[in-house]
Amino acid sequence: MHAQGVWVFVEHLGGEVAPVTFELLGKGRELADDLETELAAVLLGDGVRDFAEQLFRYGADKVYLIDDSVLKDYRTYPYAKGIVKLAQKYTPEIILIGATTLGRDLAGVVATWLNTGLTADCTELSIDKTTRLLHQTRPAFGGNIMATILCKTARPQMATVRPRVFPLPEPKPRIGVVVEEELGILEEEVPTRIIKYEEEKGPGVYLDKAEIIVAGGRGLGSKKNFRLVEELAEVIGGVVGASRPAVEAGWIPYAHQVGQTGQTVRPKLYIACGISGAVQHLVGMQMSEVIVAINNDPSAPIFNIATYGIVGDVLEILPAITEEARRVLAGQRGVR
Amino acid sequence: MHAVVLLKQVPDTAEVRIDPKTNTLIREGVPSIINPYDAHALEEALRLKDKYGGKVTVVSMGPPQAAEALKKAISYGADRAILLTDRKFAGSDTLATSYVLAKAIEKIVSQEPVDLVFAGKQAIDGDTAQVGPGVAARLNMALITYIERVEEFNPDEGYVVAVRKIEGRKEYVRAKLPALLTALKGINEIRYATMPDMIRAARYQPEVWGKEQLDVEEAFLGLKGSPTQVWKSFVPQAKARAKVEMLTGSPEEVAKALVEKLVPLTLIANK
Repeated sequence: MHAQGVWVFVEHLGGEVAPVTFELLGKGRELADDLETELAAVLLGDGVRDFAEQLFRYGADKVYLIDDSVLKDYRTYPYAKGIVKLAQKYTPEIILIGATTLGRDLAGVVATWLNTGLTADCTELSIDKTTRLLHQTRPAFGGNIMATILCKTARPQMATVRPRVFPLPEPKPRIGVVVEEELGILEEEVPTRIIKYEEEKGPGVYLDKAEIIVAGGRGLGSKKNFRLVEELAEVIGGVVGASRPAVEAGWIPYAHQVGQTGQTVRPKLYIACGISGAVQHLVGMQMSEVIVAINNDPSAPIFNIATYGIVGDVLEILPAITEEARRVLAGQRGVR
Repeated sequence: MHAVVLLKQVPDTAEVRIDPKTNTLIREGVPSIINPYDAHALEEALRLKDKYGGKVTVVSMGPPQAAEALKKAISYGADRAILLTDRKFAGSDTLATSYVLAKAIEKIVSQEPVDLVFAGKQAIDGDTAQVGPGVAARLNMALITYIERVEEFNPDEGYVVAVRKIEGRKEYVRAKLPALLTALKGINEIRYATMPDMIRAARYQPEVWGKEQLDVEEAFLGLKGSPTQVWKSFVPQAKARAKVEMLTGSPEEVAKALVEKLVPLTLIANK
């Protein structure tokens, strides 16, 4: 059996394709080109046929489609069965899945049924052209070290990737082929049923979509001081982020955590306040366009990736920046 | 009610350091703990036992020292503990790990029926979140990941309802028994061990199952049974910027300099 093709699982919710799917198609396109093979999107759902065109524009040559009412809501069993059925028939070389709650739920089951390897949360993917192997790099041990993982003996090679790790590619007009298959599963065979769901209320934390993030770390010293981070964020229209130690200290909820065990972000501006820059944090924010680092330790690793660095007491510098930004912004408003 | 809880003993990763010469973990002096997600899974199982009666069996795969994590679980009120340890298990990736765990659960089921299997959603040392789903897949059990709580347990009609928290919403999922549930962190307050349970734990010796005690094929064990392998590991060189521009002066001066830099980039502007 000769495995061929790079596949990207299409995640969608509420009639929209999740951006991570497009990001993976962008990376998948590169991998497929390096392998001189095709890129396919794997689309399962109920009434999702129309997504195909969008998937072609983002780089897919082919869309494998299973459209069935059993697939209306995402549930592990029928989705995993559907993908396994497709993979056994068309034998892809690589399958990429978003490392979202949905993707992680799915990937472990699919890989087990396909009896193949799966690497979670990759931050880098590349092809070794001589061996055709997928080099899958991910942080390990809480992000203290990076490991490159290979899956030599089994196919497909499977990996999950967090949203925002890879950039969104430019859509281009292009056409492709839809290959449709039957699911062949009855509702009665599905062991789970979603009885109801509640949309999460309250002000959500949209770190992954934020253009400006002001993040605080251990250097703030206390929950009370963490307010300084929130104040700057308020003034400049940013979202509050945090390093793992700040979250573990209980200064701010987990939803704000940036890094390997939190969220991956790529804002235009990232201001790191009192964050030393443990690898676990850096892998989650190093793709930010402009990084400002404020830390009292001039040898802190955060300065290696910063655009602008300020060495000093964050408790003095942060309020000064907030004040200055407030003044300048008020001035801008005055001019208009 | 019989629940099996899968526990992993992990180094307290907050304190893990890397030897820069060998790129390996410095394990000396690093305390071992029950993976925090698993501890919450255990608590959820113990609560069901409090409510419905029954039994909680804890299972851990790891080196002989992992017996400590199991004894800790006994001190919280687990009834039976099984340690899966064998040299042949060493080097297992998630696929090989789920194989051994699933085989162990099959053996437990052959001794007494199991309603629920609990695990943490992931372990803090590997962060893969793959083993729970892998075990469910192998046993063809219904899977509910990311649970916040068990809402209803109904053995007579053969189902469980759990609330799972995913991006943007909470789902109430009803699953046929037996089901495997993976728990989030911080969903419940972990109990204190009672004195009688502590005394029991101190004397308790977990059962030890190796390759010989399980119906396993050697080809699926450990390194041999692991399709993924670490090819190299390295301390990452952060993607260094061309060069960091350091701003110096008094807090007011650096603040002024910084805001001046950011405004022209329209990074800070009226919203």
